[in-house]
Amino acid sequence: MSEHTTTAPIPTLEIKNLVVEYRTEDGIVHAVNGLDLRIEKGKTLGLVGETGAGKTTTGLAILRLVAQPPGVIVDGSIHLNGENLLMKSEKEMEKIRGKQVSMIFQDPMTSLNPVTRVEDQIAEVIELHEHLSWNESLAKARDMLELVGIPGERGVDYPHQFSGGMKQRVVIAIALACSPQLLISDEPTTALDVTIQAQVLQLMKNLREKYQMSMLMITHDLGIVVEICDLVSIMYAGRVVEHGSLEDIFNNTRHPYTEGLFNSLPNLEDRKAKLKPIKGLMPDPSNLPPGCAFCPRCDYAMEICHTDKPGKVYRTEDHFVECHLYSEQNIGEKVIGK
Amino acid sequence: MWKFIFKRVFALIPVIIGVTLIVFFIMSLSPGDPAKMILGDEASPEAVQLLRQEMGLDDPLLIQYSRYMYNAIQGDMGLSYKSKKPVTEEIWARFPNTIKLTLTAMTLAVIISLPLGIIAAVRQNSFFDGFSMLLALFGVSMPPFWFGLLLILFFSLKLGWFPSSGSESLKSIVLPSVALGFLHMASIARTTRSSMLEVIRQDYIRTARSKGLSYSSVIRKHALKNALIPTITVVGLQVGVLLGGAVIVETVFAWPGVGRLMVQSIMGRDIPMVMGCIILFATGFTIVNLIVDLLYGFIDPRIRSMYT
Amino acid sequence: MEISQSKQDVIQKTKQYKKRSQILEVWRRLKRNKAALIGLAIVILLFLMVIFADVLYDYKGVVIKQNIPNRLQHPSLAHPFGTDELGRDMLARIIHGGRMSLSISLVSVAFSLLIGGSLGAITGYFGGRIDMVIMRIMDIFLAIPPTLLAITIVAALGPSTINLVIALAVSSVPTFSRIVRGSVLMVRDVEFIEAAKAIGATNRTIIIEHILPNSFAPVLVQTTLSVAVMILTTAGLSFLGLGVQVPTPEWGFMLSSGRTYIRDHSYLTLFPGLAIMATILSLNLLGDGLRDALDPRLK
Repeated sequence: MSEHTTTAPIPTLEIKNLVVEYRTEDGIVHAVNGLDLRIEKGKTLGLVGETGAGKTTTGLAILRLVAQPPGVIVDGSIHLNGENLLMKSEKEMEKIRGKQVSMIFQDPMTSLNPVTRVEDQIAEVIELHEHLSWNESLAKARDMLELVGIPGERGVDYPHQFSGGMKQRVVIAIALACSPQLLISDEPTTALDVTIQAQVLQLMKNLREKYQMSMLMITHDLGIVVEICDLVSIMYAGRVVEHGSLEDIFNNTRHPYTEGLFNSLPNLEDRKAKLKPIKGLMPDPSNLPPGCAFCPRCDYAMEICHTDKPGKVYRTEDHFVECHLYSEQNIGEKVIGK
Repeated sequence: MWKFIFKRVFALIPVIIGVTLIVFFIMSLSPGDPAKMILGDEASPEAVQLLRQEMGLDDPLLIQYSRYMYNAIQGDMGLSYKSKKPVTEEIWARFPNTIKLTLTAMTLAVIISLPLGIIAAVRQNSFFDGFSMLLALFGVSMPPFWFGLLLILFFSLKLGWFPSSGSESLKSIVLPSVALGFLHMASIARTTRSSMLEVIRQDYIRTARSKGLSYSSVIRKHALKNALIPTITVVGLQVGVLLGGAVIVETVFAWPGVGRLMVQSIMGRDIPMVMGCIILFATGFTIVNLIVDLLYGFIDPRIRSMYT
Repeated sequence: MEISQSKQDVIQKTKQYKKRSQILEVWRRLKRNKAALIGLAIVILLFLMVIFADVLYDYKGVVIKQNIPNRLQHPSLAHPFGTDELGRDMLARIIHGGRMSLSISLVSVAFSLLIGGSLGAITGYFGGRIDMVIMRIMDIFLAIPPTLLAITIVAALGPSTINLVIALAVSSVPTFSRIVRGSVLMVRDVEFIEAAKAIGATNRTIIIEHILPNSFAPVLVQTTLSVAVMILTTAGLSFLGLGVQVPTPEWGFMLSSGRTYIRDHSYLTLFPGLAIMATILSLNLLGDGLRDALDPRLK
């Protein structure tokens, strides 16, 4: 059953049974509840889900930047090239952040320090990890700006003098300045105009090729997933409920939630088709249902769904789903219908 | 940058005119005839009337104001009713003392309160945080004159470490500047803490952390400058409170500054002197605020570019 | 379009419910803040003491009646806070002095709030030239330190209780007008105001029913903190001899008469000062607590 994990080469990122909680005065928020993730070298994994599914928390947990308090990484392991990041000291993490793993944040408007020149903000990470002099770092920072399509001499400007798309390019330049092995992108285009989105996405694609990076693409946009991802994990209430290749997820959809995500996209071929939004809301993460977390919203919910958590069921070596609809006998058959 | 400075300085002129006009107007409400005050109660009505004309007291207020300002700019703010000496002369003699006191108090306050506020924010909810905020709370609640009296009671009368009044020795500035600075310190520490708390939750702090900077260098290189912006505002506004406090503290410690001169002149109904002191304080405060504005532009490029 | 009566009832009820639940929510958050509760308790105690001051000590018979043989007595059972240089009971004078300080501050804040608040509401709501002119004038007033402005007014009008109230009230008008204007500007262009305009509500109803309730929170906080500042300024000015005059008891004035005897009778300066500090401390605690409770984001 599990031999596929042992025979494979060491993946860039492997997360097992990650549990992250936010402990607040109003109760414990279960943000991530036993998440498993795996990204092979040079691959891009799309982590897809609604707002509040725990995607950003997962990204921050990899960098060990979950705000603490109130956030606590309760359980699990995060292996980067075979080394468990959760066992690292803070000093060791500082050497990893920005160097081996970088992160691009959702809102470029607020991700840059407003009172520091952008070239300084890029050069800072270079000086820190590449042990260059400040002037060499600055020179390289300008090269990075050129690389992301901003004239190097604009480096002396401050963030407020750039547009949103330009700022996101600067953020990308910071993230890539030390050629990390893993890039975590947290909805990098959500805050941008549609046309700018495409440009930024194309830029990220090109740079991914150039640097041979692995990438964790956090998004709620299936369009971006098709564009850029090799593998897809669908996240719901802090767990991966379905995982597979692009092909598996798009053409052999198994989980009712994944199905719901597709149904809530507009259909270009059949413009008369009605959108079918997923009914209801994400469960309150401080008060999750005892059974399947999706069960209150699921059209196919059975009795067992209310009481027992579903386990992983594999369709192929990679494609799995966490859903009671699929026992091992009928995983080949689609239960959910279009 | 020069353009920015020039624009700010230029914008100061209407404010100073406005401030002095308000002070002039309020003081003109004061009952009693200045001419009578100068000549004394026994003077004949004719003599009073003559002096009134000479002084232009029957002119419209705006004319009187323009004349006053015109002379004031040339260093003439009239004669004191009491000492008969020029107001400017008397004020200038005491001005250095007030500057000395307020600067010492402010420096003391800033040096102590900034680290206090920053450390309290960085270690939010720690013992240090609780302790320094309690101290700051007492600081903002303590009347400076009472605190001054307590200082006199313990350090001067009981222990005999510092003199309780005057400005003769270097030691004599200690108690008044502590009394004045304490309140100031408390409010700067509180603002620094809260703006620091606000800043360390910003996205760009997370970005800086994700670069691999240690927490302390993130605080130093990214948080501090941003957190200082609101702190500087408060320091600027606090200078107003500080000047008001100086009036009282100077009186408590018999410190020969402009504040004490003003209180004595109010008691003696020495209007030209009172006016001179208040105008000096008010313009001083405006100029401090200009400096604060300039500092802003220096720290925050967004503000600088609004003016260029 | 006619909205049925039942529907309107529902709307009205929801509105009330929402309002009530908001207040409850604020109270729930305030309750968790121990410091604020201590502040609130002291403030309530103070008010009770001040309201029943006459029951506790007779004004004419005890508070201002000189009793020279009894002068400068150290604290004892008969006179817990001692007696002053004219033989009057300090505790009685502090309680009655509190009445003076609190009423001066409350009246001044009320005036300031009324004048400053309406100026702020008008300028913020209408904007344009009125706003420009009034706000420029306010800016100039703000350019004079408040204590100094108060001193200036008292210096011109002469020291008396009424002039002190005028001085205090005038010196905080700009602060209140700014705060109210700020919150008015914040809600002025929000959708529900647009909606109210669209269904033909008059300016007056919009200001009174929609805009003012929204500036309630910042104004409440500022009022609490202002009362504290005013008590401090009242005491400061009286200390300088520019406020309340003899023989009226007032904390600052008591401090300044007590300081002559500070070496041997330090209780004369200790107790009035403690009274001022306790009052201001509790008001600050309450004000801070209210601010946190009304704006939990800042916590």
